[in-house]
Amino acid sequence: MSTRLPTGGRFIDRSKPLNFRFNGRKFKGFEGDTVASALMANDQKVVGRSFKYHRPRGIVASGPEEPNALFTIGKDGEREPNQVGTITELAEGLEVKSQNHWPTLETDIGSMANLGSNLIPAGFYYKTFMAPRQAWKHLFEPAIRQSAGLGQPPNQNDVDHYEHFYLHTDILVVGGGMAGLLATRLLAETGLRILLLEQSPNFGGRLVQDHAEFGEGASQDWVDSTLLELFSSKNVTMRSRTSVSGIYDHGFVIADERFPNTSGKSGYLKRRLWKIRTKRIVLATGAIERPLCFAGNDLPGVRLASGVRDYLINYGVSPGDRTAIITNNDDAYRTAIALAEVGLSVPLILDTRMEIRGTLPTRAKNLGLRIEPARGIGEVLGKKTVSGLEMCSQVGEGTSLEKIGCESIAVSGGWSPTVHLWSHCNGKLKWDETKVMFVPDWKHPPIDSHGKQNIFPVGSANGYLQLHEIPSQVEQIVRQVAREFDKDLPEIQLPHTREITEDRCHGTWLIPYSMKPKKKMKAWVDYQNDVKVSDIDLAVLEGFESIEHSKRYTTLGMATDQGKTSNVNGIALVSHNLGIPMDKVGTTTFRPPYSPIPLGAIAGSAGKELFKPTRKTPIDAWHVSQNAHWEPVSDWRRPYCYLLEGESVENAVNRETLRVRTTVGMLDATTLGKILVKGKDAAKFLDLIYTNAISTLKPSRCRYGLMCDENGFLMDDGVVARLDETTFLCHTTTGGADHIHGWLEDWLQCEWWDWRVYTANITDQYVQIGVAGPDARNVLDKLGGMDLGEEALPFMSWKKGILGGHEVQVYRISFSGELSFEISVRASEGLELWEKIHEAGQEFSIEPYGTEALHVLRAEKGFIMIGDETDGTIIPQDLGLDWAISKKKDDFLGKRGQQRSYLTDPDRWKLVGLEVLDNDEPLPHGVYAQCETKNEFDHPKMEGRVTSTYYSPILKRPIAMGLVERGTERMGEVIKFNCGNKMIKAKIVSHIAYNTD
Amino acid sequence: MLKLVCPYCGIEADETELVSGGEAHLKREGPDSTDDDFEGYLFLRENPKGIILERWRHAMGCGKWFHVARCTVTQEVFGTYPAQTLKPPPRIMEVIKSRRTGQETGLNSDNAEKFS
Repeated sequence: MSTRLPTGGRFIDRSKPLNFRFNGRKFKGFEGDTVASALMANDQKVVGRSFKYHRPRGIVASGPEEPNALFTIGKDGEREPNQVGTITELAEGLEVKSQNHWPTLETDIGSMANLGSNLIPAGFYYKTFMAPRQAWKHLFEPAIRQSAGLGQPPNQNDVDHYEHFYLHTDILVVGGGMAGLLATRLLAETGLRILLLEQSPNFGGRLVQDHAEFGEGASQDWVDSTLLELFSSKNVTMRSRTSVSGIYDHGFVIADERFPNTSGKSGYLKRRLWKIRTKRIVLATGAIERPLCFAGNDLPGVRLASGVRDYLINYGVSPGDRTAIITNNDDAYRTAIALAEVGLSVPLILDTRMEIRGTLPTRAKNLGLRIEPARGIGEVLGKKTVSGLEMCSQVGEGTSLEKIGCESIAVSGGWSPTVHLWSHCNGKLKWDETKVMFVPDWKHPPIDSHGKQNIFPVGSANGYLQLHEIPSQVEQIVRQVAREFDKDLPEIQLPHTREITEDRCHGTWLIPYSMKPKKKMKAWVDYQNDVKVSDIDLAVLEGFESIEHSKRYTTLGMATDQGKTSNVNGIALVSHNLGIPMDKVGTTTFRPPYSPIPLGAIAGSAGKELFKPTRKTPIDAWHVSQNAHWEPVSDWRRPYCYLLEGESVENAVNRETLRVRTTVGMLDATTLGKILVKGKDAAKFLDLIYTNAISTLKPSRCRYGLMCDENGFLMDDGVVARLDETTFLCHTTTGGADHIHGWLEDWLQCEWWDWRVYTANITDQYVQIGVAGPDARNVLDKLGGMDLGEEALPFMSWKKGILGGHEVQVYRISFSGELSFEISVRASEGLELWEKIHEAGQEFSIEPYGTEALHVLRAEKGFIMIGDETDGTIIPQDLGLDWAISKKKDDFLGKRGQQRSYLTDPDRWKLVGLEVLDNDEPLPHGVYAQCETKNEFDHPKMEGRVTSTYYSPILKRPIAMGLVERGTERMGEVIKFNCGNKMIKAKIVSHIAYNTD
Repeated sequence: MLKLVCPYCGIEADETELVSGGEAHLKREGPDSTDDDFEGYLFLRENPKGIILERWRHAMGCGKWFHVARCTVTQEVFGTYPAQTLKPPPRIMEVIKSRRTGQETGLNSDNAEKFS
């Protein structure tokens, strides 16, 4: 039984009890508890099921390295899966659910995977699910989906609040343990901007619970007084509960700040994502204890020795009445001493080393604890939880020498510096044979944009585990960092610590050394991904010798674990198998995030209506008042149509289309791109940008122009108006405005930079109103102010004037085939003019029309639409636009591209009209025409596709355009379109459906 | 997440302000070019493991295109310079030479020409 002790627990406040639920059952804890410590205090041994085998799993660690205790926290819109129980703070009423079991945590059907014990070996998925193909869809995948995966995604919208926070700083110190605090304290007086981030709620790291040698009570005093000094330093910013999850190029850092007990509360933030730019980083991230590989090491009750110590000292939780210790180093003796000092039983300390001489073992011995050198664990006893162990000789095969009863086993396989952040940006590691750990290789550090080292590991993150070594080492490194800013450190008293001698850790990887194959199937390397010693053996046997290969084959150290506890043991086993040294095996690549960040934090406040800005024209409110049905067009919203009371979208579009054909309609065309091109060389420049000649355009005239990219593919189209000798207004598509402006600038800045041309994107500066239909001129004449007659303003010309009291430019252009004017007016006057035109048009039954009517009107006339008839692989010649491609110009963008043989192939698909036979249903968008013959891949050959398809209310039949192989030569031919469940026949006709003359 | 100094406005700009434009100093091949030359201009890029000269636009800033000398392996930046030039200025070369020697420059013979 793990229970709460009557006293102790420096993090908990016993006067503030909290109630929470675990899988629906009521539990009690205290303020200051983590979910994990509270579960332990309530004797909840099994907290989850393992990933592959669904074996029962318990809490192993006390920090973010915890591989098993992943929970779904909260319910409904607050629900969040995969929360690490060891860092999730307890709150009143918290709903905690275990994961990865079916149907219940106690009885899991999936654990049958366990029965054959080697049913799912390394590479199982690769080997098993190869054939038959059908079985994958109907058998394997549903079964795997049921049993695999970590947690369930939430099924409701997230109700919680998140934000992003940006910060620039000189030095970021990661980790608020002794090394981090000391580094910050030393740097504080340099005046540099310092940011100190600590992942846990409490500063001090392992100093207080581990290092009595600091002096009785002195360690907490030192932490408190240092914090007090730092709080008063204006240039120091400190945050606890903020985990640095990734370091990226040029000193960019992501950190995740947690606010406990805020979920579901309106007005409170749940998480804040910090985006930090820092010049230098001091890495004081400490070290993580390694487990050891022995048979049954995944049974609930087997925990890291440091974790046992933390629960005992920080939370006042007993791991069980009897705790056996197994270790290959001196540090685990701290756990034994701590347990003994509170009066718990430590029946046995198994030390895999032959000789045990350090200060701590001596102290343990003096407490009367039984220490067995050169001994290991043959097997852990117990079914669902630990009930005892079999002691064996470490150098043997595991023969049981003695059975020991215990409820808890504390394991220490030595410590690994937390080097993840060092590695994120290419910092290399080296194997330290003496310390038995990978340490940062200062010869190959992460660098900044100037090629200088920008991350400086200190303390145990740098491989210095002995307390007395740390102060001087921190000072030395921090002094080096300060010098880079031309600063010197103040002379301050470094904390003095008594030196205690710790003996070398011994690189023990397998317990016992000659573990039998059957036992290897019960010895776990990676708890989270269910990787056993036997899996690594098998991977190496099958030739996955590179650590990067065996990692992927076995899934060792993947997912949220990121090798925190499993990495070094896995590498050691590969090294052991291949008989090559550790540093030759190397390490896998640590990748961000160091600890998982919820998607909500990554999204920040950019959700819902803030996900993406919506651009609105100055007439938007009017559209709203007329019941506009919206369509997003690039970042804009535009009316698709305007719905009358009770009207369907389809009927509205037909009504609007017919209105333009019979009397007059008006369109908000503001979103069309408007780019001003001005300068002595503007005409010469536009001759190269457009496929047709622009320089021959006379002032006051307009011309439809095409822009191609260097491949020759049609990119954008629009009307160019020459305003004067050196000024042009280039209209672009709505979606193309910014991109085309950038395109023009690219050529001006990077290719023809000595030409005198200037561009300006003035799309937002003007409102553009289209007035189209037989009565268009009559409406505008009513407004008065300028002559818009045929002679004064012929087709494809423009003029300036006053219309209804507004300064305007009127373009006589048409995208519908009807008499049409586009009126451009200052944006600020746009709505007023729009309303005046609408008013004047009443006697002609004027109606606004939306983008869909615009599409129908243009399709009836066979006009192309960028994005419908084009898709980035279409040249103007495919669309019958040869007339808009100059034969006289020496050069234009795309000219050389269009000369390529593939693009001059006479078999290319050409734009034609498509008429369905016998009043058949309309052709669906995008369907392909299928031949009777087969192509080179033995699939039916395709000979065309539909690019635009609409119902034409004026023709009272469906119309369509499409690209068909040699289409223009095949007028009258009938081809068949594969529409999924049926073939629709269509006749090839002219692409102009309405008013063909 | 790179930080690059825009040589026009002098701002040390975050990558979120910038748009990348691929390899710099390409020679445009027009209507009279051979298929091979045109292919080279349109499609073939160095993609070096090492030092690259590339185009960036301060799109969310002053709008200007500029060039960057960057190491694709270490993300070191050797300098930025205006785009109105056919090759990098000598000061960029000096920085590269001061930080790289011989083979380490990662320059192949084609690339080396651009630097000379």
